[in-house]
Amino acid sequence: MQWSSLSDFLAMGGYGFYVWGSFGICALTMIAEPLLVRHRRKMAVRAIQQSQDF
Amino acid sequence: MINWFKFSAPSTFYPLAGKLIPVFWLLAAMLGAVGLTIGFFVAPTDAQQGEGYRIIFIHVPASWMSMFIYCVMAFWALMGLTFQTRLSGMMSSALAPTGALFAFLSLWTGALWGKPMWGTWWVWDARLTSELILFFLYLGYMALQAAIDDPRRADRAGAVLSLVGVVNVPIIYFSVKWWNTLHQGASVSLTKSPSMASTMLWGMLIMALAFWAYTIAVALMRARAIMLEREANTEWVKHLPDVKEFA
Repeated sequence: MQWSSLSDFLAMGGYGFYVWGSFGICALTMIAEPLLVRHRRKMAVRAIQQSQDF
Repeated sequence: MINWFKFSAPSTFYPLAGKLIPVFWLLAAMLGAVGLTIGFFVAPTDAQQGEGYRIIFIHVPASWMSMFIYCVMAFWALMGLTFQTRLSGMMSSALAPTGALFAFLSLWTGALWGKPMWGTWWVWDARLTSELILFFLYLGYMALQAAIDDPRRADRAGAVLSLVGVVNVPIIYFSVKWWNTLHQGASVSLTKSPSMASTMLWGMLIMALAFWAYTIAVALMRARAIMLEREANTEWVKHLPDVKEFA
């Protein structure tokens, strides 16, 4: 391992902005997508339930 | 012999997908954890690019997936046009947003990598431009599907677009060979041994597998949502345990 401290790790040898900017957006979008899809399915289920109870 | 057409019925596919989704989420999480550990703690500092090269662990897997997903969409398009199965169009539509996400991530991470290494966020060269076109093809597919009300016609139009657009994929892949470009050559090729440290290569391959498992999980989730939307008035949907227990 090449990191002596946490700040060393976060600095990424001076490339921190680029590395964390990449990994950050990647993590954010890949967490958001399944949540959005789960919401879409919930809405579909709700729509079916509402069309059933009359 | 397994009757594959049986699984092409949404009523059979829906519960099967429900069983597979947690498996692929688990796979994605485990592979992602291993891949990130290798990427940040095992793989050495690059001799030329220092720590900045670590963007490779998401840039290359995202780019691969963006191309691979388009090919899978084209496959489903062909199946849909040939066999007229309902599932094909649903799978294509379920994959498109995830493909668009990976194309976006490929461009985004590429820009953040290009700035410190090339001195520019963007160049209009063959590799970057053809990847941008791929991103627009995904968006175009989604817009086309959204614009047509009848799902069957939307599927057919989308299928034609994905089959025509798939010629772009080999153009992206071979662009670094065919044209002079700022972009480096292929990181991994079948014909010669890789030009990078083996821990870097392994980190990248494991991250690619993690993205692959993620894609299957999220696409199956979306396919299930699409099935509920499109088949809302059918008997099998009305008797689905999911629909009953929510109430």
